[in-house]
Amino acid sequence: MIDFELPPALKMVKDFAHGVARDTFRPIARKYDEEEHTTAEEIAFMGPIMAQRSSERRKKPKKDADEPKKPRAETEDRIGAIMSTVVGSEEFSWGDAGLLLAIPGNGLGNAAIAAVATPEQEERFAGKFAAMAITEPGSGSDSGSISTTAVLDGDEWVINGEKIFVTDGKQCDIVVVWATVDKSAGKAGIKSFVVEKDRPGVTVTKLEHKMGIRASDTASIVFEDVRIPKDNILGSPEVKTKTEGFKGVMKTFDNTRPIVGSMALGIARAALEFTKEKLEEEGFQFRYGLNKCRLGAIEREVLVMESELEAMRLLIWRAAWMGDNGRANAMEASMSKAKAGRMGSEITRRCVALLGPMGYSREWLVEKWARDCKINDIYEGTQQIQQLVVARNLLGYSRAQLK
Amino acid sequence: MISFQPSEEQGQIIDMVRRFAADIVRPNARDCEEDKAIPDDLLAKFWELGLIANSIPEDCGGYGFERSAVTGALISEELAYGDLALALAMLSPTLFAYPILEMGTEEQKKKYLPGFCGETFKFATSALMEARVTFDPTDVKAQARREGAEYVLNGEKCLVPFADRADLFLVFAATAPGTGAPGIEGYIVEKGTEGLQVGEREKYMGLNALPLYRVALAECKVPLENRLGGPGGCDFQRILNLSRISWTAMATGVCNATKDYAANYAKERVQFGEPIASRQAIAFMLADMAIETDAMRFLAWKAAWLADRREDCTREAYLAKLYAGEYAARITDNGVQVLGGHGYIREHPVELWFRNGRGIEIIDGLAIV
Repeated sequence: MIDFELPPALKMVKDFAHGVARDTFRPIARKYDEEEHTTAEEIAFMGPIMAQRSSERRKKPKKDADEPKKPRAETEDRIGAIMSTVVGSEEFSWGDAGLLLAIPGNGLGNAAIAAVATPEQEERFAGKFAAMAITEPGSGSDSGSISTTAVLDGDEWVINGEKIFVTDGKQCDIVVVWATVDKSAGKAGIKSFVVEKDRPGVTVTKLEHKMGIRASDTASIVFEDVRIPKDNILGSPEVKTKTEGFKGVMKTFDNTRPIVGSMALGIARAALEFTKEKLEEEGFQFRYGLNKCRLGAIEREVLVMESELEAMRLLIWRAAWMGDNGRANAMEASMSKAKAGRMGSEITRRCVALLGPMGYSREWLVEKWARDCKINDIYEGTQQIQQLVVARNLLGYSRAQLK
Repeated sequence: MISFQPSEEQGQIIDMVRRFAADIVRPNARDCEEDKAIPDDLLAKFWELGLIANSIPEDCGGYGFERSAVTGALISEELAYGDLALALAMLSPTLFAYPILEMGTEEQKKKYLPGFCGETFKFATSALMEARVTFDPTDVKAQARREGAEYVLNGEKCLVPFADRADLFLVFAATAPGTGAPGIEGYIVEKGTEGLQVGEREKYMGLNALPLYRVALAECKVPLENRLGGPGGCDFQRILNLSRISWTAMATGVCNATKDYAANYAKERVQFGEPIASRQAIAFMLADMAIETDAMRFLAWKAAWLADRREDCTREAYLAKLYAGEYAARITDNGVQVLGGHGYIREHPVELWFRNGRGIEIIDGLAIV
């Protein structure tokens, strides 16, 4: 049954996240934009809350397994972790997207571990702040071409290579590293490994200076003969002839892309709400229902942007709802991120212009939101990568048929 | 609880209408456009589906299923996937029937609704739009003034479907100018009423299959009980919202048809030794079409869902149609572009969808969920 009502549990998530965004994130947003690479102590309290939430989530399936399985009606839909995360992320990002990324325990690596780890691994890495290391100097969008290696030596994997653009790389406790166990196997040889930051041979070599989301650090990490236990590998160590293993790692994106979309949504919503408020103070009106030729130019621009925000949210919710209900959603996840990444950037940029010199000024946060939002059209797959995924699915084309 | 899954019953309706659109609507769309007419047997075949009688209560002769704007949006999209002009024509009786069903007095329901549950297509219509550049549905110039036991209507309407054949007209007029939506009421005018003048058939850029007429009201007198909803009047804003939802859903159908047709063409059309769909320049256009079509669909659903809950959906319905108008024009334009020169030729439907799609941004009324 088509329904858009947030269930009570999600309303609580939304309200909680909005409260933190308003009372904690917003007031310090400019501070950590100016003081890049400083850890925001004000949000440290969020760490235990995130840990608690993920441990509750871990315990849940076990509890369910003990109970006799009730047959689920076809129309009964599940609201799960992804929907809950996109609803929360929109609110947190409305406060500050950089700070959201810097919440201890809220790393992309945590999402990867939650998606594929064994129960034993989940226990072992519980409460750790996990970053994700995929990109290398020579491998960006083509993540199948990475050259970091993992070689099994007795009971240990030996990791060698350099990773760049590791979100939270400085602040994190552990890193989920993509590495190849067999370069000749191509994508099939790529596996992910959990590497503790305090292992000998792990060095943070650089912190990037970024255009936006400065509250979150972005690091380069070099792995030099780093030895980790054999069972720090996520998923099966077996190299299959086809690309199944790689598809498995890529599947995490189906869950993370709607989340990145929701971050763009949150930032764009913040910018548009603020812009409307300021324009209203200047006497502008925003009326729903008028014919095109009776709308003011600015009024129309703002209303079109509002409709874009609604569209972004619905595409994100659809992808999240599918993921939570076990439906294949690679195409829909990419659709949501393509839309939200692009329009988020566009909306925030337009808001800067709508407010004139004040929009461009660092006195207000609008210019910062435009800088912050841009990244959502890049990481977790650029706009163009999302379009490739959508187009291939739409046309039923392989990578070879649509390059 | 959030869900994007239509109910089982809605699923059956979607399947039925989708089949009808594929078997009956699409194959006849081009001929109807060129002939500027819809054969009665097509309308009869639509009538046999019983979609309109479905939502009319049993005591008025219908099947008494729950009326739902969401279901209406699903039907609108599927029919328009076949053809927009035929969809508008086939659903045109709802322009009169649904406002009566939702807002009519008991007498009005008993008097008029059984007529929509008969064996044959019931020609009934409504008149909202007026032919001027600055037309706005909340600022109609047609006037209604009360004189004793009658309302006297004056004004000129355009884009009135089937005005030549309709037995019943729902005419929207203002009691006082400039009072916005609250000042606009609907008046039931029966065919043959003195002062109801059906004018010339109109010619538009698209939608040529649909007979659209100018209608003039010159001191047209109707009894007091012919005001929609009686003394309390109607909720015109809601009628407008339901119309905008229908237009958004129909736009989704047109865009989805364009996307599918262009994608299939691009996979078959070989240039430079490979299908043009293998080129990102084409593939990315198709990807964008798919994204915006889905977004449009959900905007219609969201507004319809609010309408079904009897919540105010003025904002959502307006934004949905604003979005639909903007993107339908863009998507149908790209549909022609993907086919290149062939897209410009009337052998392919994309040029028709381009012309029909242009109307979405402009027209209010003419459809309702």
